[in-house]
Amino acid sequence: MTSVKKTISVKEIFETMDYGPAPEASDLALAYIAKNKGSFDHFIAGKFVKPMSGGYFETVNPATEAVLAKVAQGDEKDIDKAVKAAKKAFSDWSALSGHVRARYLYAIARHIQKHSRLFAVLETLDNGKPIRESRDIDIPLVTRHFYHHAGWAQLRNSEFPAYEPIGVCGQIIPWNFPLLMLAWKIAPALAAGNTVVLKPAEFTPLSALLFADICQEVGLPPGVVNIVTGDGATGAALAAHPDVNKLAFTGSTEVGRLIREASAGSGKKLSLELGGKSPFIVFEDADLDAVVEGVVDAIWFNQGQVCCAGSRLLVQEGIADSLHAKLRARMETLRLGDPLDKAIDIGAIVAPVQLQKIQKLVEQGKSEGANCWQPSWAVPKEGYFYPPTLFTDVEPASSLAQVEIFGPVLASMTFRTHDEAVELANNSLYGLAASVWSENINLALDVAPKLNAGVVWINSSNQFDAAAGFGGYRESGYGREGGKEGMFEYLTPSWEQAAKKSMLEAQKLSPQALGEQEGSFVIPSLDRTPKLYIGGKQARPDSGYSYAIKGPKGEYLGEVGLGSRKDIRNAVEAAHKAKAWTTASAHNRAQVLYFLAENLSARATEFENRLVSLTGVSKKNAAIELELSLERIFYYAAMADKYDAQVHATPGRQVTLAMKEAWGVMGISCSDELPLLSFISLVIPAICLGNRVVVSPSQSHPLIITDLYQVLDTSDVPVGVINIVTGQQDELASVMAKHDDIAAMWYVGSEAGSKAVEKASVGNLKATWVNYGKTRDWLSNEQGQGEVYLQKACQIKNIWIPYGEGIR
Amino acid sequence: MIENEQIRNQIRRLEPSWFENAQVNLSALERRSSTLGTRRSVKKQWQAAWLLKAITCIDLTTLSGDDTPAKVKRLCAKARQPVREDILKELDMADAGLTVGAICVYPTMVRHAVKALEGSNIPVASVATGFPTGLTPLKQRLEEISYAVNEGAKEIDIVITREYALTGHWDKLYDEIKAMRERCGNAHLKTILATGELGHFRNVYKASMVCMQAGADFIKTSTGKESINATLPTSLVMVRAIRDYLEKTGIQIGFKPAGGIRTAKDAMNWQFLMREELGRDWLEPNLFRFGASSLLTDIERQLEHYVTGRYSAGFRHPMG
Repeated sequence: MTSVKKTISVKEIFETMDYGPAPEASDLALAYIAKNKGSFDHFIAGKFVKPMSGGYFETVNPATEAVLAKVAQGDEKDIDKAVKAAKKAFSDWSALSGHVRARYLYAIARHIQKHSRLFAVLETLDNGKPIRESRDIDIPLVTRHFYHHAGWAQLRNSEFPAYEPIGVCGQIIPWNFPLLMLAWKIAPALAAGNTVVLKPAEFTPLSALLFADICQEVGLPPGVVNIVTGDGATGAALAAHPDVNKLAFTGSTEVGRLIREASAGSGKKLSLELGGKSPFIVFEDADLDAVVEGVVDAIWFNQGQVCCAGSRLLVQEGIADSLHAKLRARMETLRLGDPLDKAIDIGAIVAPVQLQKIQKLVEQGKSEGANCWQPSWAVPKEGYFYPPTLFTDVEPASSLAQVEIFGPVLASMTFRTHDEAVELANNSLYGLAASVWSENINLALDVAPKLNAGVVWINSSNQFDAAAGFGGYRESGYGREGGKEGMFEYLTPSWEQAAKKSMLEAQKLSPQALGEQEGSFVIPSLDRTPKLYIGGKQARPDSGYSYAIKGPKGEYLGEVGLGSRKDIRNAVEAAHKAKAWTTASAHNRAQVLYFLAENLSARATEFENRLVSLTGVSKKNAAIELELSLERIFYYAAMADKYDAQVHATPGRQVTLAMKEAWGVMGISCSDELPLLSFISLVIPAICLGNRVVVSPSQSHPLIITDLYQVLDTSDVPVGVINIVTGQQDELASVMAKHDDIAAMWYVGSEAGSKAVEKASVGNLKATWVNYGKTRDWLSNEQGQGEVYLQKACQIKNIWIPYGEGIR
Repeated sequence: MIENEQIRNQIRRLEPSWFENAQVNLSALERRSSTLGTRRSVKKQWQAAWLLKAITCIDLTTLSGDDTPAKVKRLCAKARQPVREDILKELDMADAGLTVGAICVYPTMVRHAVKALEGSNIPVASVATGFPTGLTPLKQRLEEISYAVNEGAKEIDIVITREYALTGHWDKLYDEIKAMRERCGNAHLKTILATGELGHFRNVYKASMVCMQAGADFIKTSTGKESINATLPTSLVMVRAIRDYLEKTGIQIGFKPAGGIRTAKDAMNWQFLMREELGRDWLEPNLFRFGASSLLTDIERQLEHYVTGRYSAGFRHPMG
C-alpha cells in the first residue's frame, strides 16, 4: 500500500485490476483533536481538569509515527482527586433507581452510536487497527455492551436482590481494544450502581477522552465516571488508593500479578483479564477452508494483539501439510498497510516497544529451530508494521509455544489423537480461550469441556458479545466480563458488605511436648489419635508431631496430627487423582451428599456431645449446629443438579453455553467458629459442584472434623474428594495459597491471614475468597449458605456453538 | 493479461475421493461471505475500471417465454455497445473494444443472436437440456445441445439432474455431464448446479467437483429460476471447489454466478470473491461470467456518476 500516483488511469487499472487506495476520511477526527488544541486533560467530576503536575505526554499514530495529541500525565494527586469525586458521587448514584441508571446507560449507547464513525476513526488513528475492525467490530460491540447493560441496570434489584454495588471502581485498561475495554469495564460498573475511575492505556487514551465528552453530553452526574490518563505509575496509584473498593484490570499477567500482590489484604474486590496463549485445534474432519479464515480471525485480527488470539495452532498430523499450504496461500492475499484504508486486513503495531518485542520473540523462535514463513510482499517502511508470520515445526518446549507474543505470529504444532490435542492445548500456564474445529459434534463437545479455557469457540474464533461472559482460567486471570456472570464482579452480597471486623487473631500452635497431660492417673482410655485424612486414608503427619486439643476450660481432650507442607502436597495429589468426582453426574454427587447427611444424622448425639466438650456450647446450641449442618448438606445436595448451565442470548445462530465448571482442586481453610457448621458450610458447596478439596479444619477444635472421617468413609464420598489436614491454620493456608496446582482457595480466619493468602496467591494467580478477618454468622442461612458459595466454587466457561445446515 | 494460453478442461475419471468427504461449515461460510465486501473496497478510477471489467464478464441474458427475434436483436446491440460512447470517452476507454462476455438465450433464439452479433466476436451461449428443470429425457436433452451447437452457440449452459445430487448418485450425474460434454464438441460447457435445490452446501461442493471431472468448462450457480439463486455463500463453495480442482489438475475452471445479481455493488462483491479466493486470472471473461440482465444498467449509472459527479438515472442509458 505505497502511495499511488494520482494520474494512474482507468485503462491501466483495467489491465492490472489492482485494488488502489480506499481511505476512510480522518478530517473529522483530526478536527476533534484540533478543537481540543491537540491537548487533553483528565476528566474528573464531570469536568476536564489540568493535571496537578502540569505534565503531558504524547500519543502517536503508529501507522505514520506522527504525534496526534498530548495527554495529561496523571499522578497520585490526580488519582486522589478522581477517587474523591467518584466516592462523593457514589451515594447519590447508587441510590438512583435502576430505571434511572438504565436511562443514562441507554443514552450513552445512543450517543456512541450517533458518533460511531468518529469513534472508529479516532480509535484507528490512535491504535493502528484497521478501520474495518474499529468500524465493524469494536464500536458496534461497544454500543451493544452499553445497551445490554442498560438492561442490567433496569433489572439490578430484581435480578440481584441480595446484592449491593461495591463502591468506587478503579479500572485499568489496555491499548488493544481501547474503547471496547472501556465499555466492558464501565457499563457493568455503572449498571450495578458503582462509580468509576478509569485509566486508559498510555498508548491509546483518545477514545476514552471522547467518551468523556459523551458522558457530558448525556448529563451523567459528575463523578460517576472519571478518566485519568497516564502511564503505569498512574495505574499503580489508582490500584493502591485506599478508597477504591474494586479493581478491574485487563492487561499483562505480569502487571496483574503486581496488582494482586499490592492489593492483597486491602479488601478490594479484584478481577483480572490477563494474557493468553490460546490453542486453535483443528481436527482432520474440519472444513479446512473455513479453518483458514478462522485462523485469519484468530491471529491476524488486530495484528494479533489480542489477549485471546488463537496463537497456538494444533493441527491433526495427517492434514497439517495441507492446512499449512492453504494458510500460506491465504497469507499472500492479506493486505497490510494504512489502517485507515478500507481494504486493509492488517494495520500497525501499537508502538515501537511492542514491535521490538515481536521481533525479538520471532528471532528467538527461529534460533530455537522452528521454521518461519512470511508472505512475499514487503511491509511499509514508515510506521510500525509487522507481517503475518507462520511458524511450523514448533515444539511444545519452545518459547513460541509458551510465551505470549501479542503479535501476528502463529505457532503450529501437530497432534495424533484427540486426547493428545487436549493435552497439548492444556499444556500452558494460561487458559483464556480456545478454538475447536471439527464437523463432528460428538468430538467438538467432548473436547470443549476438557479445555482449560474460559471461552471455547467451536468452528469460530474471537466471537464476543455483551450477553456472554469473557474471562480466563489459570494465569489468564479471574472474573468474567459480560453476561450475568460479569455483573457479579461489580456487586457484593449485602451481608458481606456489612460484615464487621472480628477480634479474632491467629493463634500460634506448638507441637505437643510430653508431660503436658497432667493428673490422668485413672484407667487410661483407649488411645485414639486421629491422623490426617488424605486420599481416603488416615495418614500420619509428615512432621511426626501432634498437638494437644484443649476444651473450653483448658482441659486436655486429645491430640491431632500437626500437618505441614508435605501433607498439603500429598493431599493435593490425592485430590487431583479423584478426577471422576468432577465428571460424575450432579445427581450422583447429590446422592453422596444425602447419604452423608443420613450418616451424620445417625450419629447426631455423639457429634453434639463432642461439640459441647470441644467448644463449651450448650447442648441445645450443639444440637442446632448439627441440625443446621444437616440442613446445609441437604441444601447443596438439592442445588447440585439445579445450579446448572445457562444458554446466553447472543446475536447470531449459535448456542452460547455458559457452563459452570468446578475449579478442580480447591484449598479451604476454616476458622474456629462453629467448627462443624463452618466446615460443612465451606466444604459441601465446593464438592457439590465437583471440586475436590484440601481442607484445614478449625485449628482449635479439629476433633469434631476428625470424627467425621468415618462418616465420610461410610457415605461413599470417593477417595480423594475431601482431604483433611489438621494443624496451624495460617501456616497450612500459606502452603495452600502458594501451591501452583490448587486452582482456587477460600480462607476464613484473621485479617492478617487473609492478606497473606491473597499475597501468596500470585504464584499461579489462583482465585481467592477470604473474609479479611470479618465475622460471618454461620447460623444464618443468608450468610452461611447460598448461591454466592456456589458462584465462588466454579468458574464459568462460555462455549460458543454455531450451527446451521441448508442452502440459504 | 492472461499470459498463458488457457488449457481446456478434459473429461477425466470420476474420482469420488476428491469430494466424498467434503465438509462445509455453514456458519463459517456465511462469516467469510459477509465480510468479503467489508474487507475490500475499490474507489474512484479503480472502481470505474473494476466495473468496466465486470461488464466484459456479463452474459447478457434473456430467458423468457415471450422472447422474440427482435428482443434478442436489441439485446445483441446492447452487447456490442454496453456503455454510452461519451462515457467511455471520458474514461479513455472508447478504443478498448469493450463488449459484454456473451449473449445468453434459449436454443431457438440462438440463430437470431448469432446473426445480430456477426463480426463482433461476442459468443452466443445457449441454455439447453430441458432448462430450467432438466427433467426431459436424456436423449432429447443431448439433441437439444446438438441443436444449439448447430445453430451457432459457442457456449452451452446445461442444468444438472438434481435428483442425482439429492440421492447421492454421483456416478449417474457424472455419466450425464460427460455425455453432454461430448455433445458440446468445441462449444464450452457450463454446468448449472441449481444450488438452491441441492439441500446443503456439501452437495454443492460435490456436484461442482463431479461436473469438473466430467469435463465442465464453467460451473454455474443457478438457472435464475430457482427460489434461491446466486448467493455469495454458494459461490464461495463452488469457487473453493474450483481451487481444489486446480490444485489437483492444474486446470483452471470458470465460474458463473447467475440470478439475482443486480447492482454494481453486488458485482464488485463477486469480483472481490474471485480475486481473493482464486486470484487475478478469474476476473477475466474466460474464467468468470455474471449471468445477469439488469446488472448492466446499474453499472452504467455508476460509471456515469464517476464521470459526471452526478447521480445518474436508468433512462439515460440505452436499453438492451
